[in-house]
Amino acid sequence: MAEKIDTKKVFFNPFSKNNPVIVQILGICSVLAVTAKLEPAIVMGMSVIAVLAFSNVIISCLRNTIPINIRIIVQLVVVAGLVVIVDQLLKAYAYDVSKQLSVFIGLIITNCILMGRLEAFAMGNRPWPSFLDGIGNGIGYAIILIITGFFRELFGSGTLLGYQIVPQSFYEAGYVNNGLMILPPMALIVVACIIWVQRARNKELQED
Amino acid sequence: MKKLRKYIDRIKPDFQPGGRFSAFQSVFDGFETFLFTPKETSESGVHIHDSIDSKRVMIIVVLALLPCLLFGMYNTGYQNFLASGLHDFPFWQIMAYGFLAILPRIVVTYVVGLGIEFIVAQWRKEEIQEGFLVTGILIPLICPIETPLWMLAVATAFSVIFVKEVFGGTGYNIFNVALVTRAFLFFAYPASMSGDKVFIASKPICGLGGTVNFADGVSGATPLGQIATHTEGALRIQNVTGGDISSWDAFLGLIPGSFGETSTLCILIGAAILLMAGIASWRIIISVVIGGLFMGWIANLFATPTYPASYLSPLDQLLYGGFAFAAVFMATDPVTASRTGIGKFVYGFLTGAIAIIIRVYNNGYPEGAMLAVLLMNALAPLIDWCVVQANINRRMKRAKRMSYE
Repeated sequence: MAEKIDTKKVFFNPFSKNNPVIVQILGICSVLAVTAKLEPAIVMGMSVIAVLAFSNVIISCLRNTIPINIRIIVQLVVVAGLVVIVDQLLKAYAYDVSKQLSVFIGLIITNCILMGRLEAFAMGNRPWPSFLDGIGNGIGYAIILIITGFFRELFGSGTLLGYQIVPQSFYEAGYVNNGLMILPPMALIVVACIIWVQRARNKELQED
Repeated sequence: MKKLRKYIDRIKPDFQPGGRFSAFQSVFDGFETFLFTPKETSESGVHIHDSIDSKRVMIIVVLALLPCLLFGMYNTGYQNFLASGLHDFPFWQIMAYGFLAILPRIVVTYVVGLGIEFIVAQWRKEEIQEGFLVTGILIPLICPIETPLWMLAVATAFSVIFVKEVFGGTGYNIFNVALVTRAFLFFAYPASMSGDKVFIASKPICGLGGTVNFADGVSGATPLGQIATHTEGALRIQNVTGGDISSWDAFLGLIPGSFGETSTLCILIGAAILLMAGIASWRIIISVVIGGLFMGWIANLFATPTYPASYLSPLDQLLYGGFAFAAVFMATDPVTASRTGIGKFVYGFLTGAIAIIIRVYNNGYPEGAMLAVLLMNALAPLIDWCVVQANINRRMKRAKRMSYE
């Protein structure tokens, strides 16, 4: 491992230029599923940050001892173990949110961002950069989740984190919450808008 | 006319690049070609010129929609007068009521939709496309009369941006813009788009009409809405005051429903105009009707109380709801329909059949024509591809056989 790695880039690139969701288009499934409200989106984002960071570290520590043929199984075992821990923690301390997220915490195991980072980064780098990479990608994922959740809850339910934001007088004047925002198709359109804005600002990301 | 031409020629330089109003060139260009046939001709290759261009196409579709629009005005007024318990129905007052009821809706859709189109055209420095001329009048026609104006504005803006402009503007959209507007309204604000209160204008406008008191034994549910919520006993389709609705009423259109969709007669007049002008494809219209009749016949053959709509005769299936309107004005949209001859038959047949399947076998959606057309819009390119491939294969085989002989 002689090549130098710029830890700053490793940490900050996934925020925007190499964002796992809106540039690599990974983990879209969970973005559609958990962003109807802001709170589960935040919790989901934090769970993914924790699982991604620690699985990256563990795999990075083990990277020289894992037989190459069964590396996927080893990675899955590590991720599954961490996911179970997070799931149990949520059930113990945040039962309501854990109920709302239902199977989606368990499904972090199948999140492509995790496998992607483990394969592409942790298998070939030392623990510290791997840790930063995990945190960075987790945050990149969480940012998109939170932006999507923010707009979906605001327009779909008129609330944020459960508090009513749209004033009552609006409803009396005839305003109605947009039911389509609660449905998954709208999550896709919100993510598409984020991608649109980001591509418009970063010319080098525009595909032909 | 000559004066107008002269005036336009005089102000033209201001709008050319470098002129005072060069930023508004596309707006000027749009109005000029709207008023006069453009002078430019193509400079390369051999072209066959027809006097028809997309502006003329749009105008003819709008003309074909006029009977539906006028009848919608009459029906809106008539339903209000009937529901509010008035006893005499003076024709001009009814028309005036309907006109005042629909006018703000048409204005809102045109202002929002055309506004977005103009802005995008300026921004991209393109000519203004005329596709919204038809869309803007279709949207009020396919929505319930009581849809709040701001909802219409939001839905119109959504579908013009995300269904049309994102894909590249008029002629590039995958889905029918007007139908996406309705689908957006239907899923985003279900309470305002279905039920028994939204299909009848309930308030007096400028002293005309009366207030409808829905608690007073008056129900404004559409025939299909009544059928979908029907539970037991003999099925009786009622009008707002509890009288029976006959198939003849449904054919004429004096029933509650979305503004311009109720009258099958006026839709037939529109269809005649479109077919005579050669704008709509007769293949699609015929095959949608055949698909609807066929599926209606099958559903009627296996009628069960679980799905009350299956008791409707195939012909009634065509008269109620938005089926006829979708067959004539929605499915035939040349941009989103299939292009190949055989493909049009397949596309039309499936549209008709799916509309009836959704209507009969999903009680959550009393009307399936909108969803059927949107679904088939998505499949139209696939149908075309299959038809073209089949043709290529057939000719390849023939070529091979020829070369062996």
